[in-house]
Amino acid sequence: MSNAPALELRGLWRKFGDKIAVSGIDLVVPAGSFYGLVGPNGAGKTTTLSMATGLLQPDFGTVLVHGHDLWASPIEVKAMLGVLPDGVRLFDRLTGEQLITYAGLLQGLDRETVAARATDLLAALDLTADATKLVVEYSAGMTKKVALACALVHAPRLLVLDEPFEAVDPVSAANIRDILRSYVGSGGTVIVSSHVMDLVQRMCDHVAVIAAGHVLAAGTIDEVRGGGSLEDRFVDLVGGRVSGEGLAWLRTSSA
Amino acid sequence: MVAHLVRLKLTLLRNALRRSPWQVVGLVVASLYGLGALVLVVASMAVLSVQEPDIRGLVTVLVGSVLVLGWWVVPLIAFGLDSTVDPARFVTFAIPRRSLLTGLAIAGVIGVPGLVTVGAALSMAGVWWRTPAALVVGVLCAALAVATCVIGARATTSAASTLVTGRRFREVMAAVAVLPIIVIGPVIGRVTSGTTITEDLLRQVAEVLSWTPFGASWAVPGDVADGQWGLAAARFGIAVVTLAVVALVWDRALAHALVNPAHQKVSSKGRGLGWFDRLPATPLGAVTARCLTYWARDPRYALAVAVVPVLAIVLYIVNPGGDTVLLIGPIAAYLMGWGISADVAYDGTAFWTHVAAPLRGTADRLGRVIAAGAIAVPAVTILVVGSALIARQPHTVPALLGLSFGVLLTSLGGSSILSALVVYPVQLPGESPFQTKQGASTASVVSQLVGWLAVMALCLPEMILALMAVRGGSVALGWVTLVVGLVLGSTLLAIGVRVGGRTLDRTGPSLLSKIVAFA
Repeated sequence: MSNAPALELRGLWRKFGDKIAVSGIDLVVPAGSFYGLVGPNGAGKTTTLSMATGLLQPDFGTVLVHGHDLWASPIEVKAMLGVLPDGVRLFDRLTGEQLITYAGLLQGLDRETVAARATDLLAALDLTADATKLVVEYSAGMTKKVALACALVHAPRLLVLDEPFEAVDPVSAANIRDILRSYVGSGGTVIVSSHVMDLVQRMCDHVAVIAAGHVLAAGTIDEVRGGGSLEDRFVDLVGGRVSGEGLAWLRTSSA
Repeated sequence: MVAHLVRLKLTLLRNALRRSPWQVVGLVVASLYGLGALVLVVASMAVLSVQEPDIRGLVTVLVGSVLVLGWWVVPLIAFGLDSTVDPARFVTFAIPRRSLLTGLAIAGVIGVPGLVTVGAALSMAGVWWRTPAALVVGVLCAALAVATCVIGARATTSAASTLVTGRRFREVMAAVAVLPIIVIGPVIGRVTSGTTITEDLLRQVAEVLSWTPFGASWAVPGDVADGQWGLAAARFGIAVVTLAVVALVWDRALAHALVNPAHQKVSSKGRGLGWFDRLPATPLGAVTARCLTYWARDPRYALAVAVVPVLAIVLYIVNPGGDTVLLIGPIAAYLMGWGISADVAYDGTAFWTHVAAPLRGTADRLGRVIAAGAIAVPAVTILVVGSALIARQPHTVPALLGLSFGVLLTSLGGSSILSALVVYPVQLPGESPFQTKQGASTASVVSQLVGWLAVMALCLPEMILALMAVRGGSVALGWVTLVVGLVLGSTLLAIGVRVGGRTLDRTGPSLLSKIVAFA
């Protein structure tokens, strides 16, 4: 079990009404890797990550976290996971400090540990000054940061972050990258989804390209990009580039 | 442009119907209800049309005024305004405000209340069929009145939401606005029950109303039928000015809203960790602390608590010195116990925190029950003892406590199961109180009804015992009621939490994906 991959997805399918969002995704995320998940809008990244973290029941398929079946024993496996979903609210009538405390207590941590970690996380994410403000009054970037703190508070073995850098300012983003890097350095595993190829290329050591509910390519960054830049390889794989000449009327002089 | 907005409204309606069968059920129920109301109005107007002219004038002015007043006031306090075609969505389009205004007003008529109003207004004009001149004027005035209804509703809601932009203020405002309306019925009842309603009184009321914005347009055809053209012109003038004023108010409010989109002001701060510091540092303690914090900070919960004292006052006013006031304990117990039946829906997408955490369903259920109980138990006790003292029947306290706690525990148990099974769209915290959620009503009404019946059925033993104890004046039977209520209620609550917890372990992810789909 000890050398089992941090996350293994086997044949995941999910349908919403008539639309198949994810069709047979297989993915192996090695333990200790910094894994990037990239894909165009609507590729099924959020659906895949939701199924991998117990937030969405797959129609078919298995999710193994460090060798344990997530959907067979959710309570035990969820304790190993730290999750930052995209496009959902938080319990925003709590203050930032209360929210992190809540997340820690739900994971079964004791009072002293939660208090100490909440203080550390607030400082590391530059939220100390706003710790007593209600989360509903936070900006989009601050909300992302406090949600990240909630995902980190119980020191999970596997972190799954959906668009963690969206709306976050460059300084905070650099701080978050440092935190994640040292976390990976100490043996943790991180999965991030992102639209920003450049960021993934610099930050991650593995990457998977997802489009239309399928995995198009997966492996180490060097394997996937094969000499070129990740962005060019992504466009090759996904296709869909259109020539800029099409919108000839979009010239201010023609008005 | 007008045609575009009307088509947009119809498309939105059709898509909503396609999305869920509940929407279809809701529309059918609403249509039947509206059709029933319309048939009633048309039939009464047909009967009325063969009465004396002054009776006709009297009734149309009274009914018409209630109609206009209803359109203006009800959206502020009860159902909110249909927000499918929200002006704020048109901010980025370069649409002349005049076309936007006209289009939104006409789109506002499409829908059950709008169509029923049009039908009712036309039938009220039809009352004057024996005087052709009055009939023609009547149809014109009916159109004027419908416009006043629809635009007036937009004017009052948009003016109100422009006035109240601060989050705290708006939340408090939403809660407070309900209070006078709940009280007003019984108060009027008291005032008028002393002076019996005579035709003379109604005539005076109608005479006054016919000079106000509410009744003016309805009085014009009567004046025409009487041949009093001067009076008719004066009242027609009032009606036209009314329409112009509400249109202007709406126009100004819309102009303001289009360039100043609503935003939330920074206000309150929390101090320390609050309940999280005072309750045990376990998942159960955390859920309880979070719920208690929400009972205080979330206006949707605060409203459930705020209604209770108002209800007590109403029950007292209805029958001062009588026994009616004794009902407040059991009713409050039901309201507060059933208050958590939409708890998961109230969490909204934030419920993912519970789904993602290794949290057992029973801990989730129990935490919510303890928080609600911590507020309800003292409140119900105070209400029972207070109401018994006011009614001068202190010997009923044990029986009423037994019934109230029985109802409270049973409805808490029922809520625990229901909220693990059903979620429906609810207002998000801090959302404008003047908006309703599409499709919320029917699913919530059906589940409320089923839940109410189930709780009533399960509480029958203590209900019968309490009734016998209070009627017979037997204190011993009262104590029996207390024991039965506590034992039976606790058993049902324990079952509810267990079953609800197991259910939630199974349904958590699917509840979450439903809530995400609503958003």
